[in-house]
Amino acid sequence: MTHIKYTEQTTIAATGNTFVTEAFRQVEPDALCAYPITPQTTIVEKFAQLVADGDVATEYVCTESEHSAMTATIGAAAAGGRAYTATSAQGLAHMWEELYIASGLRLPIVMANVNRALSAPINIHGDHSDIMGARDTGWVMILAESPQEAYDNTIISTPVSEDLLLPVMSCLDGFITSHSIMRGDVAADATVKEFVGEYSPRDSLMFGEPRTVGPFANLGPTYMKVKKAQRDAMDRGLEVIKRVGDQWAEITGRSYDHVECWGMEDAERAIVVMGSAAGNARAVARSLREGGEKVGVVKIRTYRPFPLADVGAALAHVKAVAVLDRAETFSTLAGPLAKDTIAALFNAGVTVPVRNYIYGLGGNDVKLEQMYQVFDDLTKVDGDGIATSVNMTPRYLGIGPCSYEL
Amino acid sequence: MSHDTKGRMTEIRWHARAGQGAVTAANLVAESALAEGRYFQAMPEFGPERMGAPLKAFTRLSDDPIEVSNNVEFPHIIVVLDDTLIGVVDVCEGLCEDGTVIVNTTKSSAEIREVLQVADSVRVATIPATEIALETIKRNIPNTPIVGALAKVTGVVALDSVLSQLELSFGRKFSQALIDANLDSVRRAYEEVVVE
Repeated sequence: MTHIKYTEQTTIAATGNTFVTEAFRQVEPDALCAYPITPQTTIVEKFAQLVADGDVATEYVCTESEHSAMTATIGAAAAGGRAYTATSAQGLAHMWEELYIASGLRLPIVMANVNRALSAPINIHGDHSDIMGARDTGWVMILAESPQEAYDNTIISTPVSEDLLLPVMSCLDGFITSHSIMRGDVAADATVKEFVGEYSPRDSLMFGEPRTVGPFANLGPTYMKVKKAQRDAMDRGLEVIKRVGDQWAEITGRSYDHVECWGMEDAERAIVVMGSAAGNARAVARSLREGGEKVGVVKIRTYRPFPLADVGAALAHVKAVAVLDRAETFSTLAGPLAKDTIAALFNAGVTVPVRNYIYGLGGNDVKLEQMYQVFDDLTKVDGDGIATSVNMTPRYLGIGPCSYEL
Repeated sequence: MSHDTKGRMTEIRWHARAGQGAVTAANLVAESALAEGRYFQAMPEFGPERMGAPLKAFTRLSDDPIEVSNNVEFPHIIVVLDDTLIGVVDVCEGLCEDGTVIVNTTKSSAEIREVLQVADSVRVATIPATEIALETIKRNIPNTPIVGALAKVTGVVALDSVLSQLELSFGRKFSQALIDANLDSVRRAYEEVVVE
């Protein structure tokens, strides 16, 4: 792979979903089994058109539900094909038991998930409720900030999944990223084809010796051994994702880091965030920096496996941290990203005040004033005796004045 | 006459009724900026869309990569595709002091200024985009002509960039006659827009 040199890229104007579809088209998997759901719909719609027009040789299976979509994808992958799917929200939730089967069977599947709120109340807009429900299902999870990253992440996902024998979820924020038209660069078809290479499955129901997939493992430690092997593969994930990301970066000139830091060299206050809102946090940090404030932003791009050491290192010298969660998980503790970040801080021996915020649920607009508010809050937790420890109760941003009580 | 767009981000908010093509217009402006080597972002505010319901769309243009992804709150430019929205929706909410409002209307810009009650520093431009659309495209879709007016009044995109992008993106779906009618509508609006 590494011998592919920087090739000409085409700059296009397209939505995040179109960038993902472009990645799908260029990889041209053997099968795409999916069921359309907002805001993922345009991915499947456009890809189905490509299949109908004969532009790709992929077999498109339009299933009757997402449970079936994931089941069919698992079948295609077990048969020895490169298998893709895409979903959102209730669709991802409907796949739940099959998500574990995909990872437990060690099938290298790639799924684009267009992050969306879960009902009830019904809401079709972007947040991370859906993917947080799939967080512990044994899938690698990579989150995009922009349409460009959605494209890059989706292409990187294929070699990562095939190396680790783990399914990979390439996630982008519903509507905010999936339906915004932005500028981005796409590589040549041949470059992508060469990058992902011909697929030769390690195991296959179709080829080679007859074998069984997913047999009974009821007594003794077999089941645990399988889980341990999955865990080991996930642990290896950080190194593999970084390697593949670096190889892609050599071709495109766009770097891949599990954790992307802005201003963290000397930041005293930092926001930790994932997905599209990272840009909002950075824009506000930039403007505060112009006024001399030492603030920074830590964006998580690889979420599972969690880059514990990278997050800990990024936050090693700050005086206060705010973690922004775009999902409410009702644990009565902090949000999921905050808990992961607190683990990273503990692991790195960093003891600083941590504040947690829930923001942008159901696509609630992430106004820049929210980021100003968070950075301002962090000046108040720094050594004034109010609460200099970890606060596990998140504050809600953007729902009115009550969200800013200190 | 044109905005100094160098080194800063221009933010546009579109007000329309569903079916008038505001999203297409917001996209057209963004895509035209691609030809100029600039950065852009275009996004509608997705609601439970019904024909005729008020909707908003947003466009950002910049010389540098665009990081923010929230709704446009403090627009430099506001485009109103339907003057019956004035008074129904607060179309001028958050408008910058030196901003511009472009309204599709047959009323005079003085009349529109009076209804909008904007500061003297705000420029108000009017264009009968619906009439132009009916005469050229033969359909009540004022979106393409109003982009011509936008190009003339603000200079955020060049007329030529709009025309070539229009040909490119419409060329995939429409007949040459329809494309020509659209191009014509853009040129006419470019010539006929009135700034007060």
